[in-house]
Amino acid sequence: MALTLETRDLTIRFGGHVAVNGVSCTFKPGELTAIVGPNGAGKTTYFNLISGQLRPTAGTIFFDGADITQLSAPLRTRAGLGRAFQLTNLFPNLSVEENVRLAVQAANGTHYDMLRPWMVRRDLIARADEILDRVALGNRRQVTATALSHGDQRKLEVALMIALEPKVFMFDEPTAGMSIDEVPVVLNLIAQLKQDASKIILLVEHKMDVVRSLADRIIVLHNGQLVADGKPAEVIASPIVQEAYLGVAPGRSAA
Amino acid sequence: MMILSGDPPRSRVLSILLVVIILALAATPFLFPGAKAMNVAAQICIFAALVASYDLLLGYTGSVSFAHTMFYGIGSYAIAIALYSMGPVWAAVATGIAVGLPLAALLALAIGLFSLRVAAIFFAMVTLAVASAFQVLASQLSWLTGGEDGRSFQLPELLRPGTVLISKSLIGFELNGRVLTYYLVLIAAATMILCLLRVVNSPFGRVLQAIRENRFRAEALGFRTVFHLTYANCIAALVAAGAGMLNALWLRYAGPDTSLSFTIMLDILLMVVIGGMGTIYGAIIGASIFILAQNYLQALMGAASKAAADAGLPLLPGLLHPDRWLLWLGLLFIASVYFFPTGVVGRLRGAGSAKH
Repeated sequence: MALTLETRDLTIRFGGHVAVNGVSCTFKPGELTAIVGPNGAGKTTYFNLISGQLRPTAGTIFFDGADITQLSAPLRTRAGLGRAFQLTNLFPNLSVEENVRLAVQAANGTHYDMLRPWMVRRDLIARADEILDRVALGNRRQVTATALSHGDQRKLEVALMIALEPKVFMFDEPTAGMSIDEVPVVLNLIAQLKQDASKIILLVEHKMDVVRSLADRIIVLHNGQLVADGKPAEVIASPIVQEAYLGVAPGRSAA
Repeated sequence: MMILSGDPPRSRVLSILLVVIILALAATPFLFPGAKAMNVAAQICIFAALVASYDLLLGYTGSVSFAHTMFYGIGSYAIAIALYSMGPVWAAVATGIAVGLPLAALLALAIGLFSLRVAAIFFAMVTLAVASAFQVLASQLSWLTGGEDGRSFQLPELLRPGTVLISKSLIGFELNGRVLTYYLVLIAAATMILCLLRVVNSPFGRVLQAIRENRFRAEALGFRTVFHLTYANCIAALVAAGAGMLNALWLRYAGPDTSLSFTIMLDILLMVVIGGMGTIYGAIIGASIFILAQNYLQALMGAASKAAADAGLPLLPGLLHPDRWLLWLGLLFIASVYFFPTGVVGRLRGAGSAKH
């Protein structure tokens, strides 16, 4: 059976507010799904439910044939769900290399080895360096994460996810706040990851040109509900998206 | 450098300071004859290990525990009760170790699994509550612990002061059981500190630092942080109990004041902060400064006060009067925390790296 990720009637309520409301959707390998919607539509909350930072009020999540709804965040990561966060979420006072090395160590399953010094594990360090080169941070290895520019921090955030070698990549606005010349590094990386047809890629993104160039499929969230799902061209053209997301009256073309 | 687990002092001044302290401790029985000097040196060894184990918690994981003296006390009492009830035989020492260490580890495991899942403040409160309960228990169960009086006991033959191994006429210095006990304390403490250095520099220790930096992210990377924190708590408890055992062996006594009191807990906190959190080496520096000050500041002030009086200076003799030594000790600590917020080690390393 091929790898699938499915949410069934996924719902979360915060008091009276329903942030994600009955979202049912199945994601398949080899497919890059863009999740779009206006601010506050519940995109990041939907991500948090999938990667385990939040527990749903109702509904179930299936991954790789198993119900993972009750699994904690670390166990979901181990199962193969990788997550890059929207608000940069790093180990601020550790070096760039150490940030990635920790992710490599986690992926390697080296959790409780306390008998050997860490630098003996050259394989982990080499792998971390390799990933840093891929995200164009190879020359900033020894800098502490806080000292990086915003764009570089975003790249490091992505590097941590790649280091986990997940089956599912969840990008939450990976290029937000990046300068124009930094964006291609991340987009090329996502395009590269897409080459591997065994991976599921989810991408929350606001920039429509990015979505159009990368996505195989677009789903639209609006007020926590799934309002559109389909091929990029169809979804972008649909009246509900034109109105709900792009804020343009039907009939006029979106930029 | 593998004995230091690839984590050298990284500062020339610090290296020299550490070498001086270690050489002084190793040579104390020869260099400074007399009970007082050896007592102070043994205290430094014991506290260096105890403080280093607390640093594993506070400095590396960022969790504040108030139960550290409880584990120290468990070690002390395990040895004391075993030797008291079984008599001065090595089997009693072995029994004390075999009972004390697992007891400390199990208690730390239970506290950790129960309270380290949630916010750090909860762990602090639970440790405070458990430690208070343990203190009451130790004083109430007087048939076992000797209550407020504690338990005095005799050491096995080999470790007694009266046991002369090599007489003075042979090497110009008497190697007796007391000196042997001192070296036992020194070597055991050094071993424990080296073990801790290994733990904090292992892949596991690196995860602890990651948790301190950003627990949420460590979880998202797939680390089940509650287990990391709990294991760290257990290791810290084991070393604290080990230090407690050395303390009991050295004092030939275990009681509430020498092993369980919250005063010791405060001393540990001060030593960690003075030495430098998250460095392990800071424990050696912090314990040395603190215990030397505690033992010799009064005498030093007495001399200074007398000198000032002899020189006819106004006010100074009164200010430096030996009775005011606690005031000066307090001021010393406030000043050190204020001027070296990262501790002596942090300061020395910072100065070293700034030069590059």
